Amino acid sequence: MQLFSENPLLRWLMRNPIWGFVLIIFIFFSLSADNFFNERNLMNIVVQTSTIGLIALGMTLVMINGNIDLSVGATLALAAAFAVDVQSWAAFATWGNWQILPAVCIALLVGILMGAINGFIVWKTGVDAFIVTLGAMLGIRGLVFVYTGEQSFYAMNFAYSDFSFMTIGPFPVLAVIFVIAVLAVHWLLSRTVHGRNTYAVGGNREAAVNAGIRVGPHMMVNFMLIGFLAALSGVLLSTQMGAATPNLGRDYELWVITAVVLGGTKLTGGKGDIIGTLGGVLAIGILRNGMNLMQVPAFYVYVILGSILIAVLFLDKRFNRAENGGLRL
Amino acid sequence: MNTAHEPALRLQGIVKTFPGVRALDGVDFDVMPGEVHALLGENGAGKSTLMKVLAGMYQPDEGQIIISGQAVRMSNPIEAKAQGVVLIHQELSLVPEMSAAENIYLGELPRKSLGRVDWKTLEERSNAILKRLKCSFRAEVTVAHLSIANQQMVEIARALTVDARVVVFDEPTASLTDAEKVVLFDIINDLKAQGVGIVYISHRMDEIFTLSDRITVLRDGAYRGTLTTAKTDEDEVTRLMIGRSLDLSRNEAPPKFGDTMLEVRNLACDGLFEDVSFSVRTGEIVGFYGLVGAGRTEIAETLFGLRTPTAGEIYVAGEQVTITSPRDAIALGVSLVPENRKEQGLVLQMNCRDNMTLPQVQDLTAGPFVAKGAELAIFDQYRDKLAIKTPSWRQSAAVLSGGNQQKIVIGKWLSMQPRVLIVDEPTRGIDVGSKSEIHQLLRELAAQGYAVIVISSEMPEVLRVSDRIVAMYHGRIMREFTIDDVTEDSLVQAISGIGPEVAA
Repeated sequence: MQLFSENPLLRWLMRNPIWGFVLIIFIFFSLSADNFFNERNLMNIVVQTSTIGLIALGMTLVMINGNIDLSVGATLALAAAFAVDVQSWAAFATWGNWQILPAVCIALLVGILMGAINGFIVWKTGVDAFIVTLGAMLGIRGLVFVYTGEQSFYAMNFAYSDFSFMTIGPFPVLAVIFVIAVLAVHWLLSRTVHGRNTYAVGGNREAAVNAGIRVGPHMMVNFMLIGFLAALSGVLLSTQMGAATPNLGRDYELWVITAVVLGGTKLTGGKGDIIGTLGGVLAIGILRNGMNLMQVPAFYVYVILGSILIAVLFLDKRFNRAENGGLRL
Repeated sequence: MNTAHEPALRLQGIVKTFPGVRALDGVDFDVMPGEVHALLGENGAGKSTLMKVLAGMYQPDEGQIIISGQAVRMSNPIEAKAQGVVLIHQELSLVPEMSAAENIYLGELPRKSLGRVDWKTLEERSNAILKRLKCSFRAEVTVAHLSIANQQMVEIARALTVDARVVVFDEPTASLTDAEKVVLFDIINDLKAQGVGIVYISHRMDEIFTLSDRITVLRDGAYRGTLTTAKTDEDEVTRLMIGRSLDLSRNEAPPKFGDTMLEVRNLACDGLFEDVSFSVRTGEIVGFYGLVGAGRTEIAETLFGLRTPTAGEIYVAGEQVTITSPRDAIALGVSLVPENRKEQGLVLQMNCRDNMTLPQVQDLTAGPFVAKGAELAIFDQYRDKLAIKTPSWRQSAAVLSGGNQQKIVIGKWLSMQPRVLIVDEPTRGIDVGSKSEIHQLLRELAAQGYAVIVISSEMPEVLRVSDRIVAMYHGRIMREFTIDDVTEDSLVQAISGIGPEVAA
């Protein structure tokens, strides 16, 4: 341990063990999967990762607050359904490609609204966010089925589905959007007053109240942010598929929470950062992509990820216990 | 006393009711600029409620808050702070994962455009404040890495972020060492000299009499009177507070000691304490005195199987034992009344009976079910024995007073028929009246033949209850005294790390 702490890189890795893991699997797949280490596949990983990655950014905020949001998968599906459906509304029939604009705006607003409802209920009722968003998860998924009538919507405007193939310079536009979102949320969390208050509310809620932070509205803002990011993720996913299915985003909340927890964010709040979350998201993305290239059946990914999740948290627990002075509790 | 006639702060006829309780009933209180006004009362007398009204966390139902001659309304802590009223909380109100600077300015971080935090200003200002407080750490450190005392200093630093008119200190010395107390008192005197009004809440009479100019006493939410410190004494204050005088004498038959019940030889635990040897006889109370962090609690935790010792031997009733879990300890008759009764001693939401029978509920069965009758019998027995005041066994432990909560914890272990009873800070946060009851109880328990270890940071407490006193410093036993040869001076020297040969 003493030896490690002298090297700043190793010290950083000890605090962010997930990046060590990312490095290991990256090297492993580079050596053992033929098509892994090339520009196209790496870009591909970033694009594939961006879907849960965007939501994970918002989930980091919400979880540092000491809350959780289980409704993100359903919100994603609802937003995707709106994004695809609104384009074909008669009101926008003559707008040409501009009909995409109101569709995307409405979809994002729907996401923000869902987040606002979650946040408002948590704020005003004081009911645990787990329960509130569990209810929202069921309720919003129900709304998706009511709205779509259990049918998939297909995008009639080809410009919409072409969007996901666009590039900015050598970079796919979806990857660029994801990177910008990562930087923006990282900046928000580490540099702004709102971001620092996020840690304060989750780290010691009573202290935050005593210091005059308005905890309820603060949490609502973070729920709106995750709602926005889930909707954005839904819009981008529907451009990739050129369609919105009512089952879109199922189980995404579990992937997202796994990524965020792998990245070192505490379920109890007060601790975590975007760098860790990015590591968690990439770990999942690289594993899925690499194992796919090696033609390992997809279900093994679940087994491996599950084991890693428990192993990482176990190591974390051991580490924290050592800090505690070895008190056996 | 200050010549200004206008009080810095005046509360007039404050009434605050909660459903079913009249927490404050027409309380009057004022602080002059440059005065230390102590606020006293038993737990539940309404001090905290009054302070929360002051800090803007509660709105009074009736009455007025007047600051520098103007009636004000404060609807949240930031408005109160803007009016110059700052509250220093008793329980640390800090965010552990954030830096000291961020904690000092929590809720009011200096901003730049776009809601960005102005780190430079934040750190400059915080470091200046910490320097004023003579703190040895920088504002950039994470609060979780600071000692409890330094965390308390961070809390106090918050008072210096604004031009305060009134600063309320709520039990600020609870976790400070003697050296740090001196710094705190200097700061209070400093503020006083600048014309700030100080409200000082504490259970420790000695502090109140050294610091304060006036003393106001609350009882059951009602105003009982204001005394000028110079013209009163502890007895008068106590009588106002609890309605009777305290019996502080140790009038009892000389204790009869039996055989050695617990003996510890060269016990060590890496980095926490080393080379610890002592013994306790039946019928004897051994007091462990030392500063916070001297390793006393850690020894207790080791004896109770919560830590693994790295060296040394433990003997219970003459037999060498290894204790690897609380289960082992309980089976050997060693029990621990922990330091923090709310977090470590009780399951607060559970009722009194269940709390008391918790360690033995698996033995109290009738067939597959818990035997209610046996549980109740145990509860009744110890409620009577320890004079626990609770309306019924159904009462949840959370609503009892500190003294009664502590008795439940003690009763819980007594019902396990222990041989060694370790009591860690038995009266922390407990008011004077119940304190002397707990002391009396500990004496009685020893007289009944238990071997008792009392860990305490309060000198009057160890001097009052102990037959022998073990003084600790930095994880080592410095000296052992019997109650007849101990003096306050030698005790203070021993816990400050000055050995007996130097003292002599």
